[in-house]
Amino acid sequence: MELILALGIGVLTGAGVWLLLRPRTFQVIIGLSLLSYAVNLFIFSTGGLRTGSAPVLQKGEAGSLLTYADPVPQALVLTAIVIGFATTALFLVLLLAARGLTGTDHVDGKEKKR
Amino acid sequence: MTGWTDHLTIAPIVLPLLVGAFLMLIDERQRTLKAALGIASASLLLVLAVALLVQANAAPADTAAVRVYRLGSWPAQFGIVLVLDRLSALMLVLTNILGLSALVFSLARWQRAGVHFQSLFQFQLMGLNGAFLTGDLFNLFVFFEIMLAASYGLALHGSGLARVRAGLHYVAINLTASLLFLIGVSVIYGVAGTLNMAELAARMATVAGEDRALLEAGAAVLGCAFLIKAGMWPVGFWLPNTYSTVGSASAAIMSILSKVGVYAVLRLWLLIFGATAGDSAGFGGSWLLAGGLLTIAFGSVAVLATQNMARLAGASVLVSSGTLLAAIGTGQVAVTSGALFYMTSSILAIAGFFLLIELVERGRMVGADVLAVTREAFGEDEEMDEDDEIGVAIPATMAILGMGFMGCALLLAGLPPLSGFLAKFAMLAPLLSPAGGPVPFAAWALLAAFILSGLATIIAMTRTGIDVFWASPAGEVPRVRVVEIAPVMLLLALCVVLTVQAGPVMRYMEATAQSLYVTQDYIRGVLPPANASVPGEGFNR
Repeated sequence: MELILALGIGVLTGAGVWLLLRPRTFQVIIGLSLLSYAVNLFIFSTGGLRTGSAPVLQKGEAGSLLTYADPVPQALVLTAIVIGFATTALFLVLLLAARGLTGTDHVDGKEKKR
Repeated sequence: MTGWTDHLTIAPIVLPLLVGAFLMLIDERQRTLKAALGIASASLLLVLAVALLVQANAAPADTAAVRVYRLGSWPAQFGIVLVLDRLSALMLVLTNILGLSALVFSLARWQRAGVHFQSLFQFQLMGLNGAFLTGDLFNLFVFFEIMLAASYGLALHGSGLARVRAGLHYVAINLTASLLFLIGVSVIYGVAGTLNMAELAARMATVAGEDRALLEAGAAVLGCAFLIKAGMWPVGFWLPNTYSTVGSASAAIMSILSKVGVYAVLRLWLLIFGATAGDSAGFGGSWLLAGGLLTIAFGSVAVLATQNMARLAGASVLVSSGTLLAAIGTGQVAVTSGALFYMTSSILAIAGFFLLIELVERGRMVGADVLAVTREAFGEDEEMDEDDEIGVAIPATMAILGMGFMGCALLLAGLPPLSGFLAKFAMLAPLLSPAGGPVPFAAWALLAAFILSGLATIIAMTRTGIDVFWASPAGEVPRVRVVEIAPVMLLLALCVVLTVQAGPVMRYMEATAQSLYVTQDYIRGVLPPANASVPGEGFNR
């Protein structure tokens, strides 16, 4: 499971960074989205990977990371997803505004001279 | 819980949140009402911040005044804590001074340039106040995002081609920086198992060898996110471009945004990698110093190379960030207290300069054609129509603007008699008189950087000043309203107060720097004692 997750994060990050460095605004926003997926998976993995264990304690039982999943990364990743979603939406609006005002989808707002 | 005054700590976050949300409900046409509410909230915030500063300063100078607010009275390991100490209180006061000044300035025209200006402004203040108050890393991230989201709105306020073009870069860079922030935070959590800054600092000494390298890597990634915000050299190219295109009221409040990065470095670096950190003590200090020096060098060249005043101000932000980072990187208490003084002075001066620029540029509309060619090359365009204001115009406009400009030039270049000079002196004096042995090379490098950057600034400001006030082709005197010039004068007057009252201010800065280096008080204040049954509240000394 660790290997698959690590490979997944790596592929998402690689693709994200490549797209982020591309000159078209749409590529940039897809790159940012892929990067944020990679980061979210990464945050999730910092609590340790285990299946079938609950993050919420049963009544009268002492908590231990051997039997329970760490709830903090789950809370963090939820917050990060919400914030990432909102800022991506904002960037999308800006992207459309830039497309309308500049007439091009280049990130610098003007086409490179050939 | 000793009384309602304990809750004052959270008020700088809750008040702008509520006011900002309420302002969204009011129709955009009720402009006077919205502006009145916004100004009332900003004034109240300033009063609150000053009250908190007075409280933080009431503690004896040799102890750290740590005032902890535990949300829901949960102990720090489980709950969210807000921590108010001298540094937070100082930053709160600066933020809210800028907030009130920029908001008053915006009354003249900026609030009419688009919708929801007042709400965005309140949220901006909320994010800034929260970032300065929070005591754990993840809430720092959340408040960073609130602050940035509001700043995206404010940066684009007024729209226009140049603003959207620069805003696109600004948003993309900051989104990437936020991702780095998250990676750093999660690596730190994965290794140390905590996000609370005080607990993290307490655990630093016990981290094992192989984990320590991972933790340092996490902290370095986190540091990259802060340094992008602060505009350090290889990652600060976005800054002058963005700051010169945004509206002046937004630029004034955004000039403290770059200092949030500096604040985070100052707080976290000294707390986590302080003397108690075991093997990692002072980790990355030489990087801060070198990065700061390179930023000063780049900023000075940018200052000299700029063709218009807004970019000049943007480049000055870079110089000021670089100066702060380099001074912090030396890791000496006395230099840090000088750096805090410098930060106070430069935040006020740069914000005043951003506001002043718009007033001065207004008179140059006629002469703008002459410069049209260079302006075109720098991607700037006229976005606001000159609308005829009916209001009180001040007399002797050009003389007052010129005096203001001269004040800004003296402050930014660090020339006597104003506080910019005192600040640079306060940083250099301890560097050049080390306790024993010769003056190290780094101190000479810093001395050269400070003096050369001051020289570059004064050359650029003199050139611009001559160009604008003496050799300007425009014969028209700009119409400036009292509400526009008053905030500029207020900010500059505060710098004069800093100069006159340098003794008490410097004592406060020394106490602040001292408490940043002696971290035990902070840690003990935030974490409850091992056998405490009820989480404590209020001042822990």
